[in-house]
Amino acid sequence: MKITVKLFAFFREGRFIEEVREYPDKTTVSQVITGLGIDINAVGVTMISSRHCALDAPLQEGDQLGIFPLIGGG
Amino acid sequence: MSTLTASLEEVPADWAGHGGRGLTSTIVAAEVPPTCHPLGPHNKLVIAPGLLSGTPAANSGRLSVGGKSPLTGTIKEANAGGTSAQLLARCGCKALILEGQPQGDAWYSLALTPDGVTINTETELIGKGNFEVVDTLSERLPNKQGIITIGPAGEMKMASANVSIKDSDGHLRSAGRGGLGAIMGSKRVKFITIDPKDRKIDIANPDAFKEANKVFSKALIDNPISQALAQYGTNVLVNIINEAGGLPTRNFTTGQFEGHDKISGEAMYDRIKERGGKPKHGCHPGCVIQCSQIYNDINGKYKTSGFEYESIWAMGADCCVDDLDQIAEADSLMDDLGLDSIETSVAMGVAMEAGVLEFGDGAGICRLLKDEVGKGTGLGRILGGGAGSVGRAFGVSRVPVVKNQAIPAYDPRAVKGIGITYATSTMGADHTMGYSVATNILKVGGSVDPLSKEGQVELSRNLQIATAAIDSTGMCLFVAFAALDDAVCLPALIDLINARFGIALTGDDVVNLGKHILKTEKAFNDAAGFSKSDDRLPEFFEYEPLPPHNVVWDFSGEEIDSFWNF
Repeated sequence: MKITVKLFAFFREGRFIEEVREYPDKTTVSQVITGLGIDINAVGVTMISSRHCALDAPLQEGDQLGIFPLIGGG
Repeated sequence: MSTLTASLEEVPADWAGHGGRGLTSTIVAAEVPPTCHPLGPHNKLVIAPGLLSGTPAANSGRLSVGGKSPLTGTIKEANAGGTSAQLLARCGCKALILEGQPQGDAWYSLALTPDGVTINTETELIGKGNFEVVDTLSERLPNKQGIITIGPAGEMKMASANVSIKDSDGHLRSAGRGGLGAIMGSKRVKFITIDPKDRKIDIANPDAFKEANKVFSKALIDNPISQALAQYGTNVLVNIINEAGGLPTRNFTTGQFEGHDKISGEAMYDRIKERGGKPKHGCHPGCVIQCSQIYNDINGKYKTSGFEYESIWAMGADCCVDDLDQIAEADSLMDDLGLDSIETSVAMGVAMEAGVLEFGDGAGICRLLKDEVGKGTGLGRILGGGAGSVGRAFGVSRVPVVKNQAIPAYDPRAVKGIGITYATSTMGADHTMGYSVATNILKVGGSVDPLSKEGQVELSRNLQIATAAIDSTGMCLFVAFAALDDAVCLPALIDLINARFGIALTGDDVVNLGKHILKTEKAFNDAAGFSKSDDRLPEFFEYEPLPPHNVVWDFSGEEIDSFWNF
């Protein structure tokens, strides 16, 4: 299935900003993360199509997955 | 200022345990008649360092400024970095209170030292922008003194005028919200200088203090959120708030902005590096988080610092400007004129809705700031009066304000927790008062669904109580990210306060302090004429669904009012 993966902040370093990538059916969010070589403990927020999702959420064809490190501000 | 005299008073016992916002709110509630005119002789401007300001405690250099707000008519406190909090504390000054009002046309400046305050007439710098005030005074004065100043906007008593504070680099930090600069202007004080000479702070238990500071600083430095803040500044938030569908765009008509990438923290970081600026920068000595930055123009010259998410969102997404250089130019103009960059920028968005400018006209924003607001023309005074003022002048109904203060960078329909804070805050629409965004969107301190009503009132209440207490310490509010998720951080902060004063506060005492401050502020507002009907969001949030989630604001009045059940 094709998923759009969007990376933010320093997760982009050495990787990409946004890419359409091919994954096997039922791939989970955490599998995408570890597959990209991102430390799962550094992940703050993940969103599928603008809604927060758990790390073990399964992805579907056409999903937009956003992966953010721990972020703060005001 | 009525008699042009200054007096030194002993701290009353009731005020001894207060600092920062707790102290400014206590003094305003005790001494300002709640129904007074904010620009008249009965309002006061109270300037107070925090309980820990002036000590070596990390991140403790925030200065609180309070009074009755000319913008909202409620009690108001705004705080900022810079060097003045630390220098005031070293002078042995717990609070500086400006009261009364001079007769006649003269302007004044105040010079504060450990021996007291002298009042001088001032002519040379009247009408000048804040940058010129700071540059001129830095040459005029013998030592590195603290400077608190108002720009032309404050002199003209515009309701969005800020109070500006010099930082270590000679640039400006803003006590931004609520028009406190207009109060200073109404008392005809252009600037205040602070020189502690060789005085230092006495700490009751220096060894305990040092230990607590080690634990506290480490908690701040080790917190992963500090890393993103140091690299990208608060502007790191553009992309995550946009992704969540809560970035108010085009005067709060949609929740995502097409140009978000161009104004993001990531884009700002790249540009800062290209132009030899500094992505990492502290707004006051002793800050270990360093979320500020030095942003240079295309020629590598200083343009602005403290280039915040709020300012960039407001001119960017809300006004649809996707040119970071135009936004930086406007930010610099607002620093110089002494204007709240949230209020003024949201006002520009309402002005665009009214047809005064096209959405996206960043050059037009700069022109209006320079030629209209800066010169005090009729249109300039409408814009400088804030978002509500523009809405009233031009007959606009989509005006995003609560208690006449502009709503900041999170749409309440898509981030319901912050909507409760906007509605119930004692100071009008304010995001820092109870930053529910942390738990709704950033998943800090737990997780509450931003699109659901469930848990939001309790979340906002807990955060507002905690924030009122933190705002009394002189701590930058960003210590809260560590305090919410690292169990050693809050106890270390309490240890610091105890070691500073030789007292024995507990966690419960801190919670009670926060509750007490909120109730003090609410009592003032009630006496000033505010009621439940003022704790509401503008009507359009209830019937205009916000894309992409197509959500509306659906809290009942009773649900909102339950906030005060404590």
